[in-house]
Amino acid sequence: MMNNLILTIVTFTPALGALLLLFQNRVNIRVLRTIAVTTSLLSFVFSLHLIAQFDSGSPDFQYVINAPWIPSFGISYHMGVDGISLFLVLLTTLLTPLAMLASWSITERTKEYFIFMLLLETGMIGVFCSLDLFLFYVFWEVMLIPMYFLIGIWGGDRRIYSAMKFVLYTMIGGVLMLVGILSLYFLHGNATGTYTFSYTAILNALATGQLILTPTVERLIFLAFFIAFAIKVPLFPFHTWLPDAHVEAPTAGSVLLAGVMLKMGTYGLVRFSLPYFPQMSHLFAPAISMLAIVGIIYGAFVAMVQPDMKKLVAYSSVSHLGFIVLGIFSFTTQGMEGAVYQMLNHGVSTGALFLLVGIIYERRHTRSIAEFGGLAHRMPLFAGVFLIVSLSSIGLPGLNGFVGEFLILLGTFGVSPAHAALAATGVILSAVYMLWMYQRVIWGEITNAKNALLGDMNLREKLMIVPLLILIVWMGMYSGHFLRPMDAAVSRLLHQTDKQNLEFALNPK
Amino acid sequence: MTIPEIHIPAILPSVVLAIAGIAIMVADPFLSPARRWLTGWAALAGVVLAGLSVLVLREHFGLSYSNLWTVDEFTVFFHVVFLFIIGMTILSSMDFIVREKLPQGEYYALLLFAGAGMLTMCGSNDLMMIFIGLEILSIATYVLAGFRRTDLKSNESAMKYFLLGSFASAFFLYGTALIFGATGSTNLNTIHTALSGPEIQITLAYLSAALILIALCFKVAVAPFHIWTPDVYEGAPSPVTGFMSVGPKAAGFAVLFRIFLTAFPTLQNRWVDGIWVIAALTMILGNLIAVAQPNIKRMLAYSSIAHAGYVAVAFATSSVPGISAALFYLLAYSAMNLGAFTIITILSRSEDKLVKIADYAGLGTKRPGLAALLSLFLLSLAGVPGTVGFAGKFFIFRSAVESGLVWLTVIGVITTVVSFYYYLSVIVQMYMHAPNEDFSNLGSARSWNIALFIAAVVTLYLGILPSRILEWTASAALGVLR
Repeated sequence: MMNNLILTIVTFTPALGALLLLFQNRVNIRVLRTIAVTTSLLSFVFSLHLIAQFDSGSPDFQYVINAPWIPSFGISYHMGVDGISLFLVLLTTLLTPLAMLASWSITERTKEYFIFMLLLETGMIGVFCSLDLFLFYVFWEVMLIPMYFLIGIWGGDRRIYSAMKFVLYTMIGGVLMLVGILSLYFLHGNATGTYTFSYTAILNALATGQLILTPTVERLIFLAFFIAFAIKVPLFPFHTWLPDAHVEAPTAGSVLLAGVMLKMGTYGLVRFSLPYFPQMSHLFAPAISMLAIVGIIYGAFVAMVQPDMKKLVAYSSVSHLGFIVLGIFSFTTQGMEGAVYQMLNHGVSTGALFLLVGIIYERRHTRSIAEFGGLAHRMPLFAGVFLIVSLSSIGLPGLNGFVGEFLILLGTFGVSPAHAALAATGVILSAVYMLWMYQRVIWGEITNAKNALLGDMNLREKLMIVPLLILIVWMGMYSGHFLRPMDAAVSRLLHQTDKQNLEFALNPK
Repeated sequence: MTIPEIHIPAILPSVVLAIAGIAIMVADPFLSPARRWLTGWAALAGVVLAGLSVLVLREHFGLSYSNLWTVDEFTVFFHVVFLFIIGMTILSSMDFIVREKLPQGEYYALLLFAGAGMLTMCGSNDLMMIFIGLEILSIATYVLAGFRRTDLKSNESAMKYFLLGSFASAFFLYGTALIFGATGSTNLNTIHTALSGPEIQITLAYLSAALILIALCFKVAVAPFHIWTPDVYEGAPSPVTGFMSVGPKAAGFAVLFRIFLTAFPTLQNRWVDGIWVIAALTMILGNLIAVAQPNIKRMLAYSSIAHAGYVAVAFATSSVPGISAALFYLLAYSAMNLGAFTIITILSRSEDKLVKIADYAGLGTKRPGLAALLSLFLLSLAGVPGTVGFAGKFFIFRSAVESGLVWLTVIGVITTVVSFYYYLSVIVQMYMHAPNEDFSNLGSARSWNIALFIAAVVTLYLGILPSRILEWTASAALGVLR
């Protein structure tokens, strides 16, 4: 019973908190904060149940709930998680309370702020849990609205432009995906006689050959899905919304944007594009890998020259997400596991980086690298934490980033050594831009008098960064703890996209 | 010739509305000016009574009055929609009329007459009956548009609406005459039978269908017959604009479906292509031009054109799921658009002065409740999941893909993204700009609160649980697509 309802509870606890906030007095900021943080922490605690009861050996969806929603159209409230989505749910429930802790400086319209944060959390968790295409689309789109408000109201100077750009970009991809979903729905219905938006039913029909798409149709639907995901990832050249949105968003917004929302794109590729359209995935894989590599190198170079810390981290995301896409389209066990692992890594490391940038931004109200220097003198603890996080982002062995990037490069090398070699330059470049920034901000003498009186991290800031530090080390040292639950799901995914297997299914001897 | 049997129960709701309207008109002069607000509640009571009499209507399905009148699930559904629209309009008008010091009794009487006209339209089974309903509705609406007699813009609005409306009526009549010449009848079923026969002047029939289509396209304001809409909507008093953007539109679509699916299904191969083009053009023009509007009433006028385009997409499918989606959408659009216009009415202050989008700056900090509700309605108009606007659009696009209209769907979804831009820019003003004024002199009357509450509940409830209404619209669509 509990196992059926747990996903619903995890998903909608934040929404309930938002409802509770709606009826609070806006003057009492402490109460508002307490309610918001408590409900998102509750959701985190509930989500721990997911990992506690998870059956690592099974590739199937677990904690499944399936109830009719709009039965006449075959729409159901169908949720479940497997080894791939499990950790993404946990990442979301972990990062949201931390991001809220980073929101103490929000004193204007606090009530609305936390309502939007909580609604955003519900939307994000829902995306990772949905096993019904309609439900997935609903969560996918509905989540844009709170993020739009978070950027647009509490963002920086160019917040309105950035918020609008963010919504319109993502929306364009989303609506095309909707046409793709509808087409699949009818093609499946016409072929099998049952009209349903069920993820698994359509997948089975495609895998068993009950539903055979003509090449043109398959290509169009694949592209409809792919563009939606590529914009979200964002894959070069669809990335232009990202620096704007990241830079203008408030700290918590950037944390969730980079930490969780970008993963929706790569998650979509893994969950939908690959298993639904294996032939097309193989067909387009060289082109997509090329774009990924361009993204890795381009993102790294652009990050290098950024004068603004947040923008630097934003472009580093373009580079890191390129790695993930590269790993996915290598169609190897290592590449795929590395990609999923790197999704989590990037969420943890980049989330932490944005939190750290937020910490000094709150003190100085600037993010310009040139304004800083010699922070180690005044903020030794901060300097240490910043170092660990930067190294994790670079991929230092022993920390989390290394495992993901190594697996991706290993998987890619087996398929195409040239791709791996090109991508590996991204690792080197990441060391350049991260360490160079670190050097300019932390080392040296204090050149700017405004930095002479800065205080080190306070308790709240320590609280929000410590869980991430633990994860950075844990995921670097004991990757098996995290990789093992993924194994079954990833190997099934590879089986679904395996070339020989595909040819056999379509032309049985 | 026999005198048709009188069958009052089949037309009870429109009779109730007409009697209520006449009663209010008669009673108005006898009430002291201080007590004329009673007429509003009396009109509302009339609507509620008419709503109850719809229950009677449900017991009397079938043709009556020498086949002039038909009661089926389609008729019943539109009765409910129209009564909802009239009731909501009355609620959002009550304090507006007092604030603007406009004559109350006449206003409500006209609204009720317009309602009676709409009810007549949706149940008519004969082109002449439809025309009568159309005229009852139109004449009342012409007057309502110019109700602010001393205001130039209101006069302009009424004049334009009247002139172009008369043109449309003339087209309709001409089409009726031609089809009478071709088939010898104005009865929809007889026309259908005659058109299925072998000896038929098909050119006349095509011409007639085209004329009727154009006339009704004027009424529902789809491109390229939409030019009158922005000026008329801008000049009319705000609650009347709200009414015009949903009432005549829904009524126009109701008879469009009734006529073309009952009388002209044999010509379908011809008019479906026309609807395709009209739908595409309407969605593109409506959404693109709306982007550039600084006045919120004009913006919503173009948005209402765009929404008519979405309904036209559903019409182009001419399938049961398509018409069902169209009916659902008309109800959805009524709820969210009337909600939005109620807030515009509240915010416009006396003489509709403050209707620029820029006037809404900072509403989110000063009046968070109103801003949140307007955001809800605008997001629903844009089609954010969880709201009725999304459910409606989703059902329409679903039926369009089902009927193979994939490219029309692609145009639809992309123009939807465009619409996000202009709906969100109102939200940008409300939440992301500093207030220019204090918004403290706004009235907050009970009737407005009731109207907003109802609109918000419908917007959210049908957005999350649309199943039951959807089953109803499906059976209504079956009724007309027999």
